[in-house]
Amino acid sequence: MNKLELKTEGETHVIARRRFAASPELVYRAHTDPAIVQKWLLGPEGWTMPVCINEARPGGKIRYEWSNGKGAGFYLTGEYLELEPYSRIVHVERMFMPDATPDNHVETRFDPDGAGTLMTMRMTLPDAQTRAAMLATGMEHGMEASYARLDAAL
Amino acid sequence: MNVGENLDSAFSALADPTRRAILARLAKGEATVNELAEPFEITQPAISQHLKVLEDAGLIVRRVDGTRRPRRLVKTRIDAMDRWLAMLRKTLEQNYDRLDQVLAALPTHQKGESR
Repeated sequence: MNKLELKTEGETHVIARRRFAASPELVYRAHTDPAIVQKWLLGPEGWTMPVCINEARPGGKIRYEWSNGKGAGFYLTGEYLELEPYSRIVHVERMFMPDATPDNHVETRFDPDGAGTLMTMRMTLPDAQTRAAMLATGMEHGMEASYARLDAAL
Repeated sequence: MNVGENLDSAFSALADPTRRAILARLAKGEATVNELAEPFEITQPAISQHLKVLEDAGLIVRRVDGTRRPRRLVKTRIDAMDRWLAMLRKTLEQNYDRLDQVLAALPTHQKGESR
């Protein structure tokens, strides 16, 4: 079973690591093709991503909007800095809940791992407090909404 | 997922940068309103308002020490948030499980890469 590793590093980093039984190319595409992103980066039960802009090129924009269909919602914006198909993505993102969170600088690597992929996401926050806050409020509003609904959907 | 209302207020209390800074300061030990107000360019009443939010969320308590009212962190409360984060970690894992399914359904262009 593939397990997510989530840990902090130093004062300002958060590292997430996960293996996937698919090639780096596919996992990379699942992170950069809006039609695929919309299939899995959804919110908790009842949440959808009606807007998914993902311009996978340096300087390209990212905008994800989540809605629960009952008037509640939040969004994320970002910009791509570097893309090396199908091995590495560097982008910056921030959540709006509704105020903007400090920028989260994210480097995502997709390394071949047998027949699959080892994905390593290294997030860098401006300072330790911001990281603590992201692990709390950012996850509450953002990652929870992004990741929570799996059981029901599978 | 079902997040307890209490924890909800704790996380909401953390949504403000000044309050996060106050908690960071209190993580080093208890402090009075004046001591807490020192690094900020805001008034003491404003600090007191932030402290009230943190107290209402159960993240800090005050004790009486003569005329001083030093605040300190409530460790059990912080621990509860840690447990909540552990739950969230599981949620993240579940999300990637979902991505597994999506990846398995994607057409592949190279033999041997499907699961």
